[in-house]
Amino acid sequence: MTVAVHPARTETPVAEAFEPLDIAADRCKGCGLCVAICPRHVLALEPSFVNEHGYHPVRLTDATACTSCALCARICPDTAFIVYARPRGT
Amino acid sequence: MPVVADRRQPAGAAAEPVRPVLMKGNEAMAEAAIQAGCDAYFGYPITPQAELLEWMARRMPDLGRVFVQAESELAAINMGLGAAATGARVMVSSSSPGISLMAEAMSYMAGSEVPVVLINVMRGGPGLGSIGPSQADYFQATKGHGHGDYRVPVLAPSSIAEAVELVPEAFVLAERYRTPVMILADGVMGQVMEPVVPTFRMPPHEPGGWELTGADGRPSRVLRSLHLRPEDLEAHNRTLQAKYATLAEREVRWAGEDLDDAEIAIVAYGTAARVARTAVERAREQGMRVGVFRPISLWPFPSRELAEIAPRLRAILVVELSAGQLIEDVRLAVEGHAPVYFHGRTGGMVPTPGEVLDALRTAWATTTAVAARSLAEVDARDEPDPLSLIEQGAWVALGWPGAAPEFDEELDPIQLIYR
Amino acid sequence: MTMTIDTRRRIYRRPALLTDRPTHYCPGCGHGIIHRLVAELLGEMALGARTIGVASVGCSVFAYDYLDIDFVESPHGRAAAVATGVRRARPDAFVFTYQGDGDLAAIGTAEIVHAAARGERFTAVFVNNGIYGMTGGQMAPTTLLGQRTTSSPMGREAGLAGYPIRITEMLALLPGVAYAARGSVADPRAIGRTKAMLRRAFETQLPGGGFSIVEVLSTCPVGWGMTPTEAMEHLAMNVVKTYPLGVLVDRLAANKAAIAGGAGTAGSTAGEA
Repeated sequence: MTVAVHPARTETPVAEAFEPLDIAADRCKGCGLCVAICPRHVLALEPSFVNEHGYHPVRLTDATACTSCALCARICPDTAFIVYARPRGT
Repeated sequence: MPVVADRRQPAGAAAEPVRPVLMKGNEAMAEAAIQAGCDAYFGYPITPQAELLEWMARRMPDLGRVFVQAESELAAINMGLGAAATGARVMVSSSSPGISLMAEAMSYMAGSEVPVVLINVMRGGPGLGSIGPSQADYFQATKGHGHGDYRVPVLAPSSIAEAVELVPEAFVLAERYRTPVMILADGVMGQVMEPVVPTFRMPPHEPGGWELTGADGRPSRVLRSLHLRPEDLEAHNRTLQAKYATLAEREVRWAGEDLDDAEIAIVAYGTAARVARTAVERAREQGMRVGVFRPISLWPFPSRELAEIAPRLRAILVVELSAGQLIEDVRLAVEGHAPVYFHGRTGGMVPTPGEVLDALRTAWATTTAVAARSLAEVDARDEPDPLSLIEQGAWVALGWPGAAPEFDEELDPIQLIYR
Repeated sequence: MTMTIDTRRRIYRRPALLTDRPTHYCPGCGHGIIHRLVAELLGEMALGARTIGVASVGCSVFAYDYLDIDFVESPHGRAAAVATGVRRARPDAFVFTYQGDGDLAAIGTAEIVHAAARGERFTAVFVNNGIYGMTGGQMAPTTLLGQRTTSSPMGREAGLAGYPIRITEMLALLPGVAYAARGSVADPRAIGRTKAMLRRAFETQLPGGGFSIVEVLSTCPVGWGMTPTEAMEHLAMNVVKTYPLGVLVDRLAANKAAIAGGAGTAGSTAGEA
């Protein structure tokens, strides 16, 4: 959860949606192994976008369904994933 | 085996008279390497250098240093590459067929700039050849062994005492220039026993900042010869060539004997030079002025030094234990300024002084017609003496059209002067 | 002034010893996974500062660009000899080779057999994908029967090209081998088991250990003519039939017990899958 902190204010900060994965799109080679391995089927190659190496990088289609199991990170040959644990209650 | 005491002389030590010890060449070279601080030796048995391996097998483990008899020469030289990559002072030895197996690694070591000393105790070839001595690996040693644009310094001792001096020198060169260095010996030198003064030199060994020691608190280092981009590889090759140019400028070694007044110079190295020396003694007794020009560094070859002497010689005689390899570099250096003769034996045969003397006589007789001048005479006179040329009939009468001139006796000045 | 603090709890990230450089490997190639395992282990076991890696020739020739440790490049097939030289000259270093099937089981067969026989204390990370990827997909000694490659276009026939070599089984026979195992990268579970095998192999470099080899079955999607996902399935279903997974020999435990007990060494096999 990314929290924007404004010391001058006293209102409760607004929480943004939890992002369980940081994906390095410039490193992804669109091999699709993570897409196949994801048990929640929430990874897909982005057909409308091509990175600088000519590949369709992967993106997370539904952040709320991701359980941070990290199987994608374990299978990724290009170490394109950083995985974060879902905080309780989100 | 003779037991040799540790007699390294630290710098500045007072010279004490040391008794010479009779040592086999292979063993003397091994001990010289040990005393020079060789950290690791890798080898494989092959005649005629097996004693070098055996000496190392006995001494290195006792000293806590690395010794491995590898499964092949191929493995041995690559073990050498690995150990040298970590900064160890490494020596590998073999003989001609084994050296062929090491050609690949020599190229890699040159390209990765890894220092290793390699001793080749040459035997007859090609192929399995013979176990007799030869000098038929001259091309292999000086023209590159392996693939690619590289050169390797090659040192050629002609006695066991000299070999003992050249071994530490080889380590110095290898480390100073980060290159493999070869010592080219032959089966005679490896097998005979000669008196060796067991005073050995240990050159200091300082890290150069490229060694692989584990990236502890420093950026990681990679030793490689692969540079896929042509621009990168060309730049790397230019660096290597600059290194070789510096080597060629600074590290030429040669020795001359009886050359000051020589009319014929024998060019020979290693065992051939020793045979030549005996032939020269006998030739001088017979009135021929002959000397020996002995390259010690076969690469860089003393081309300039030989080229300076050549114009004053009536002939050069190259003596080799081969079908003629050194002779090509001699011809290149001499550039036609003197005729080059050859006497060689191959297959493990060693030329005798008698054979070399015969070759000298042939060279002497064949070149009598050419005006032979001693160095001293040439130095005194820069130009040819016209009178001596006339005496030798160097003036050729030209056919001239028309009748001979007639002179009036009363008006001809010559008649007036000399009548 | 705005401060943004990322309070997410990170549970998986790139290992520190893997460099940032994007790899040249094809999409879906197993090398990337295996490099990562090596980097993770060297970091977890705090070995990075004293590691000297020996790179071989094959697709993984550039391993030294991806792992931030000291590396020496070796001629094709000679990595085990080069590693021997490194290990003997530096008894305190951590040494491993990273070799493909051609480098280890074809041109380098003599070197790996003798390093294993001598019990040289280094780990051979042997990546077996049954093909010569770098040179365009030719047959390897480990190519399966019936497999089509550019130099066995009709499929490998035993009569013409012989049988695939199970080199790790051959090496496991030698007493100098402290640990020999085979894993794969077909799925995260197999990857996890392979990592455990590598860790055990790395541990054999402690004094009293010996030579260790971990053969990692990997894929070559381009060479095999499959998508990365198909290649992983082919690996899991077919390749493992020729190359069974598991620990072939683990003499380390037995040796340690024997050394502790003062007796001679003994071999033992453990049949973990």
